[in-house]
Amino acid sequence: MSTIQTQGTEEIHPDILLVNRARGGDVEAFEKLVRQYDRQVFRIAQHITQNREDAEDVVQDAFLKAYEKLNQFQGNSKFYTWLVRIAVNESLMRLRKRRTGRMVSIDEDVETEEGSMPRDLADWGPDPEEQYGQSEMADILRKTIQGLPPGFRVVFVLRDVEGLSTEETAETLGLSIPAVKSRLLRARLQLRERLSRYFRNRKKDGVK
Amino acid sequence: MTCSEFLAQLDDLIDDKVSVRMRADLEEHLHGCEHCVITLSTTRKTIEIYRKHVIYELPNELRDRLQKAILAKCKKC
Repeated sequence: MSTIQTQGTEEIHPDILLVNRARGGDVEAFEKLVRQYDRQVFRIAQHITQNREDAEDVVQDAFLKAYEKLNQFQGNSKFYTWLVRIAVNESLMRLRKRRTGRMVSIDEDVETEEGSMPRDLADWGPDPEEQYGQSEMADILRKTIQGLPPGFRVVFVLRDVEGLSTEETAETLGLSIPAVKSRLLRARLQLRERLSRYFRNRKKDGVK
Repeated sequence: MTCSEFLAQLDDLIDDKVSVRMRADLEEHLHGCEHCVITLSTTRKTIEIYRKHVIYELPNELRDRLQKAILAKCKKC
């Protein structure tokens, strides 16, 4: 039974069809890919560069580079993952330019005590966000995530915000799977710890 | 199970990637440890909040401008 099912039943991802058309010079097909992923690329670039102008440049450069290199794209990874890898590299390049003289690397592992064992153990209310307005909330989340080391931040963003798998995140960043897992855990715990300052349930003083 | 051992499995628990046996062990630990109950629930909430709120929005006007610039350059390639 399984042999029949495996014959020709594998679906081709719509992105691959668009990529194939774009390779043949169909710019409209590429436009669809741009419209589909420009917001994500912009978000990732902002998270890494922390700079609006750089993020705008990254969106342009990443898509342009992708277009120029479409022939190098091999269908064994998703187009989105491939595009994100280009965007991450472009973002890091911009970040390095701005911070000349300071090493910027996502490869180095940051040794930090923070996040290794949770300290702030106060529980949060059922809807902690309700205490804040929409823009105030966005400010809190921005400030909080900006405080993470770049190597942790990018893993959290790709894995938890943009929904890449552990394997895809590792492939995109050129990291091993254990390195991605270790950074993700510490990123999640550090963010949790920092958000606790805003969301801790003040009525419940009994919790140690 | 100690809190450190629980913490080592936290991500897999959140991502629903633990075995049935491991889940039972983790749940047993949670019954006696308020510390880890809070860590689990607030870490889950942290992820949920970051997924829910778009903190870097690409405004439509800028989006249109970027799309036009990208496609104009592509056409020249």
